[in-house]
Amino acid sequence: MSDLKTMELIAQLVPKGSRVLDLGCGNGALLAHLRDTRQCNGYGIEIADANVLACTQRGVNVIQLNLEEGLAIFEDQSFDVVLQLDTMQHLRHTERLLRETARVGRVGVISFPNFAHWPNRLRVATGRMPVTKALPYQWYDTPNIRVGTFTDCEVLLRKDGFQVLDAFGMQDGRAVRRFPNLMASVAVFKFQRG
Amino acid sequence: MGSVGLVTPQSMSFAEPLPLQSGASLRDYTLVYETYGTLNADKSNAVLVCHALNASHHVAGTYADQPKSEGWWDNLVGPGQPLDTNRFFVIGVNNPGSCFGSTGPMHTNPATGTPYGADFPVVTVEDWVDAQARLLDGLGIKQLAAVLGGSLGGMQALSWSLRYPERLRHCVAVATAPNLSAQNIAFNEVARRAIITDPEFYGGHFYAHGVVPRRGLRVARMIGHITYLSDDSMEAKFGRSLKGSQPAYSTQDIEFEIESYLRYQGDKFSEYFDANTYLLITRALDYFDPARAHGGDLSAAFAAARCKYQLVSFTTDWRFSPARSREIVKALLDNRFDVSYAEIDAPHGHDAFLLDDPRYHGVLRACFDNIAKEVTR
Repeated sequence: MSDLKTMELIAQLVPKGSRVLDLGCGNGALLAHLRDTRQCNGYGIEIADANVLACTQRGVNVIQLNLEEGLAIFEDQSFDVVLQLDTMQHLRHTERLLRETARVGRVGVISFPNFAHWPNRLRVATGRMPVTKALPYQWYDTPNIRVGTFTDCEVLLRKDGFQVLDAFGMQDGRAVRRFPNLMASVAVFKFQRG
Repeated sequence: MGSVGLVTPQSMSFAEPLPLQSGASLRDYTLVYETYGTLNADKSNAVLVCHALNASHHVAGTYADQPKSEGWWDNLVGPGQPLDTNRFFVIGVNNPGSCFGSTGPMHTNPATGTPYGADFPVVTVEDWVDAQARLLDGLGIKQLAAVLGGSLGGMQALSWSLRYPERLRHCVAVATAPNLSAQNIAFNEVARRAIITDPEFYGGHFYAHGVVPRRGLRVARMIGHITYLSDDSMEAKFGRSLKGSQPAYSTQDIEFEIESYLRYQGDKFSEYFDANTYLLITRALDYFDPARAHGGDLSAAFAAARCKYQLVSFTTDWRFSPARSREIVKALLDNRFDVSYAEIDAPHGHDAFLLDDPRYHGVLRACFDNIAKEVTR
């Protein structure tokens, strides 16, 4: 999320002046960007000590929590936007946190590696799991314990009764709106409770 | 990175009685304090450090001709340290009721001409904060850059943000809680009973008998000390190690290393700590409960606050557990305050707040670096 173009692409999904919760906020770069360019305020959630320190150094509000334990600390609809970027693929309780995202925020924005991106499909067709820029890990050491596709996410959001406000792929810092399931390494969804 | 060097305590006396939460008041009292660093021209760089149960105004530095007299937070406060005395004017103040210089139970009660002893009025965290505010008035400091405290000191930092919301910009509260749990009060009560039932306590008026209830103080310290350590750190430090090479099969002599350690800690404590002070300070811990005036609603209690918060807890601290810090975080979030919270995976239990874990000190350094940016040199 440190890539400036990618960050700006996501930032455009966040209305100016929003109160934002960033789940798995990393080093706080996006929150700082939203604060500095879009007058947003809010909090990041992180589990990693180094990221908590980096956020504190940036002057970004950060709460050290394990997302697997849920968001009980946050009241219903207490944020304009809840971000869950490049995070959900690391979580065991993926669906629960998706529901929590929509409970706590009026709007949710998620992004994750799209397993159906064509280089991944080619690699699987050769009989091997993909190892790419977006999915740089071997199958036995990957932190990505949830592997899904752009289309899988559409199905899940529909099943759970969410309303998709916007959905596109991301490739090299650009939005991919034609055949995103095939053409983009990252899937992005903006949604709200149906 | 270094020490503030040699320091000298100062004192300030107050003729105006201090009204207390209990309805009583404290007359003609003196506060002992130390300062480190330099107060800047617009008096905007002052940081107040609040002490916990057995500490004092002596936060940092050493006393001349006293070896091993480093202040209790010497690893945190000093030139180049996380709380950098090159940038901040740091104040440590001894709370009334203590036994380290400020007016306490061993001092003369102006009403009777004899030591207060058990008649020293019950003081609360709120009373201490009020006393500290008067010290700041005396120093001409209208607003603090920050109030910092750990454990009971953290409670004072929180209380500052509620009682004097306009007088601090940041509240830094480490290893603390919004109130004590029943289990926590229970530990305090065991300690108090040990002291009160010591035959040499004399109902708190032992000074007149020329004795000290050492047995009670020792046991009080032992039980306290157990709760400040984690199971893991005690296991790592002592395990089941025996004092001798073989079991001595004695029920009363020291057999295990942990017993030796606890007795040593108890002995040392009973040499310098006042029994009445121990009762007073554990009671202040018990009474602290800012939510109580709001029907138990901590979020409502914090609505009065205006400052930014940094909270820190330690995963192995079972006396002031992370869950208690998260309650505070939730109350602050409900009020939409700026708050950051670090949960440090340190093995040392409650004592971790006095140690220099690099993750912990890293967060405090970053926090105070940001606070320093708001302060003119």
